[in-house]
Amino acid sequence: MVGVPSRHKSLFLLGAMILLQVMMLAYQIRRDSQGRLLRVWTVGAISPFERAGSYGIGGVKDTWGHYFALQNTSRDNEQLRHENDVLKLQVMQLQSRVSEAERLERLLNFRQAQQQVPMLGARVIGWGADSGTRTIYIDRGEHDGVHRNMGVITPDGIVGKVIESFANTSEVLLITDKDGGAGAMLADSRIQSPVGGTGEPLLEMKYVANDDDVKVGELAVTSGMDRIFPRDLPVGTVSEVKPGNPFKWIRLQPAANLERLEEVIVLTTLQPLDLKKDTVAPDANRTAIDDPAAQIKPASPALPSTKPGTQKPGTEKPAADKPKAPTANR
Amino acid sequence: MNETYDLRSEAESHIEVHKFHAGAIVFTLVIIFFLQAFLPQYFHSLAILDLPLLVTIYFGLSRRNPSTGLLLGMAIGLIQDSLSGPTVPFGLYGIAKTIVGYLASSIGARLDTEHPAARFALTILFFGVHQGILVLERRILLAQPEVWFSLHLAIAALINAVVGVFLFTLLDRLRKPS
Repeated sequence: MVGVPSRHKSLFLLGAMILLQVMMLAYQIRRDSQGRLLRVWTVGAISPFERAGSYGIGGVKDTWGHYFALQNTSRDNEQLRHENDVLKLQVMQLQSRVSEAERLERLLNFRQAQQQVPMLGARVIGWGADSGTRTIYIDRGEHDGVHRNMGVITPDGIVGKVIESFANTSEVLLITDKDGGAGAMLADSRIQSPVGGTGEPLLEMKYVANDDDVKVGELAVTSGMDRIFPRDLPVGTVSEVKPGNPFKWIRLQPAANLERLEEVIVLTTLQPLDLKKDTVAPDANRTAIDDPAAQIKPASPALPSTKPGTQKPGTEKPAADKPKAPTANR
Repeated sequence: MNETYDLRSEAESHIEVHKFHAGAIVFTLVIIFFLQAFLPQYFHSLAILDLPLLVTIYFGLSRRNPSTGLLLGMAIGLIQDSLSGPTVPFGLYGIAKTIVGYLASSIGARLDTEHPAARFALTILFFGVHQGILVLERRILLAQPEVWFSLHLAIAALINAVVGVFLFTLLDRLRKPS
């Protein structure tokens, strides 16, 4: 800096440095350059300290959080366990509700499809105490218009018939009971034969001649001859066929899941009925039943009230008061 | 940047020029830039602090040498530019801190700036100068819209001044005994 007075030296230096940086700025803008090399150097110089600091602080926080600041951990753990238990219980309850809703939806669909048929939703409230007989108790009785010999079904198939009717309860004999049964026929071949219970989970089809052709997997439906069940309700599927003397030995798997009944439908008429076939097809299992909200008595406060007085008009009337359905094909 | 270099003029000989231990400035810069980049990660509100500016002011006021002050300010500003990402061009903070470093050392050569109240007032003043230069640069050199004043800037100036008073006291410990 020859020729520059020392007292102006710093001012000159200031001007030079600013000019240099302005030119650097102008160069960056013109060339669209960001001085990558300088940035790499600077970041490379600073980042090790940042990384070390980050690890250091992270380590301190981790150590503090996991080893020292644990005064509430036990209490938190206890509370979380309790919450977990409560949530598990809620999940189970919700799963049960979903399952129930699905069943009721099928009942409702069935009911809507069979509006001309007098029927009544009922909840299974107990099983027969005698292991030798297969009976259930439902929460509908004489006050609801349920009488002896009325048919009990589910959207999947027939269940049994009412054998005793009390004031608010009825006893139903399942078709799998030794004394249970129904008039049936094979859906394809139209061979008619009564189906009876064996006291076991499977049904037996009686009186089918050895000459008749019966295939495993064939569907058996109600024939309507017993004057309890309408025609063409699923009874079961042939699961085993053997030649016998003098008739074939035929076993059927019941269409309705009789081991896990929770809601059923009582056909509140003893007159012959004619159900729409499309709602009772074998795996229409997954399509059917009645107005559960209006007809099934609540098992818990969460379900709507279904006292007779609050039920929909026309859905609770005793069979005798109901108009008869057409009885064609009988 | 020779930490023991002294350019006092005779007229300003009554004002003490502070010298620092070897490596103190470099060590301080490393710590300051580390904190500047690191603290906002955990405490977002601390992004309002401009620690490099405070250090520029402090060393400018302490060294009282305009040449050293402006060079140190330029170095600090350029490092800040390089750490500020690609949206900040090189020279933006460099120019601002060069001027602040020059002004701080020039004022430091004429006034006693050891009293906390003086430091508080000077920090607010230099924060404003720094901000003004940044706005000018953005508007004139980069053609970017930038507000001259906002409440946020006023609060930032106050907070930086308060922090500066404490930081300066802390940095005083790095001085060599006179």
